[in-house]
Amino acid sequence: MGDTKRSAGRGSRLLGNRAVLVSTTSTILFFIAVAVVVALAPGSDIVGERFLNWVHLKQSLLGTATAPSVAEAFLLNVRMFMIAEAIILVLALVIALVRGVPGPVFFPFRAVAVVYTDIFRGVPLILVLYMIGFGVPGLGLGYVSTRSDITYGIIALVLVYSAYVAEVYRAGIDSVHQSQTAAARSLGLSRWQSMRFVVLPQAVRRVIPPLLNDFIGLQKDTALVSVLGSIEAARAAQIYGAEQFNYSAYVVAALLFVLVTIPLARFTDHLIARDRRRREAGGAAPGALGTAAGAPHDVPGAIG
Amino acid sequence: MTEMAHALRVQNLSKSFNDNSVLRGISLDVATHEVVCLIGASGSGKSTLLRCINLLEPVNAGRIWLGDEEITRAGIDEDRVRQRIGIVFQAFNLFPHMTVLRNITLGPREALGLSRSEADERARGLLERFGLSEKSDDYPDRLSGGQQQRVAIVRALAMDPELILLDEVTSALDPELIAEVLNLIRELAGRGMTMVIATHEMSFARDIADRVCFLDEGVIAEAGPPDQIFTAPSHPRTQRFLQRIIAAGRM
Repeated sequence: MGDTKRSAGRGSRLLGNRAVLVSTTSTILFFIAVAVVVALAPGSDIVGERFLNWVHLKQSLLGTATAPSVAEAFLLNVRMFMIAEAIILVLALVIALVRGVPGPVFFPFRAVAVVYTDIFRGVPLILVLYMIGFGVPGLGLGYVSTRSDITYGIIALVLVYSAYVAEVYRAGIDSVHQSQTAAARSLGLSRWQSMRFVVLPQAVRRVIPPLLNDFIGLQKDTALVSVLGSIEAARAAQIYGAEQFNYSAYVVAALLFVLVTIPLARFTDHLIARDRRRREAGGAAPGALGTAAGAPHDVPGAIG
Repeated sequence: MTEMAHALRVQNLSKSFNDNSVLRGISLDVATHEVVCLIGASGSGKSTLLRCINLLEPVNAGRIWLGDEEITRAGIDEDRVRQRIGIVFQAFNLFPHMTVLRNITLGPREALGLSRSEADERARGLLERFGLSEKSDDYPDRLSGGQQQRVAIVRALAMDPELILLDEVTSALDPELIAEVLNLIRELAGRGMTMVIATHEMSFARDIADRVCFLDEGVIAEAGPPDQIFTAPSHPRTQRFLQRIIAAGRM
């Protein structure tokens, strides 16, 4: 008996087990309740047949003689967001840096950066898609006007999301205390060197979670490129649905999107949690840099 | 005073932030190898003076020479000037995302253009000299405040500066950690490093300074050898300041 009392570790572990039990039970009850409500709905049979028909789920995923495979079409989404993300990471950083360049000479550059972010954060993506996808070909500019819908789609995604991500970067840069810049400049580093070696590494680390968040949004928004005629997953699902009078293809497309966003979302959560752990530990674990955190006894930093 | 080599000359320096004038005509000559301590109440302009000397703050009026070169003239390469002046801040300002070694080698490598091996060698030599060798691969967060401040001083030293400015470097430290930092500064003084030290540690100032300047409302109210300033201050404001310090039990 006394043994149980003494061992705080065992006590909290019991508590942990109970918490898991409670949460599991409540989760199961919750989903049973939802399932019951859905099953009791007057149209549940029809909706089930239309959206969750096993044959149609499989058939739309793999494609038929006349309808494209949703899985194959989804590869286009993946290609679009991979290319867009790579460009956005760089372009947004350039915009954020341009916005922060001091000096009257650079006023026009700063102004362009401000106007750019204002406009492309304000205009709905679908309108940018229309304007780029239908406007640029209409200009008759030879090479520029004869690119594929996919290219115009990627350009529109890059334009809109770079504006968002530039603001994310800027917030990160602003969050690094100016005493860091003062210390870097006092060593004789130039403004750019201070930015590159001292401010940016800290800023980027801090904005990784919101940045990944924007990328999750981007991955979903590749579906909007279908308005230009590209057959990506959502459009492929639509074609299948129109042909077979069955919407299971939409569920397939939705699952594919979730499949790629969930790992990214979990990764974001992981980074946020790690960041919080670091702060709560008084910064004793420089985990962001991948070094092995030492045993607690060699952490004298706690005193300060 | 006979003509001697000046490390630093400040002439009639004025600085204001908006309507608040912090420095109102400061003149100060610092000879090579001299240690000058700036004392005075918070807000008397000590930190601002140091930041102006390092060109971290633009001045409103007055001129500053580093050696023979006027560093307040238009078109001066500020980065080159800062490479020649070390400054250590009250809050350490180490770079938290870099190891101690990288903190120290950043300036030599990027600003002075030293190779990695040269910079590493120089940094390891300094860390060794000041008993910080085993900390070279740690991140600043893992060090005590005193260790962090010693690393910050080493970081300034690694640039091989002509002059070091110390801005209340012990004010953010727990009392038991102050001594290790002060001892390091004493050692630097012993080796002939030219220093301008803003400090609240009066006994330290008395001990280490060749000359003490009492700043009051943006001017140097009184300057002289420490014995004179601390035992027979002539200016009534100096007298009052020191009385308050003694009453507070800080000397």
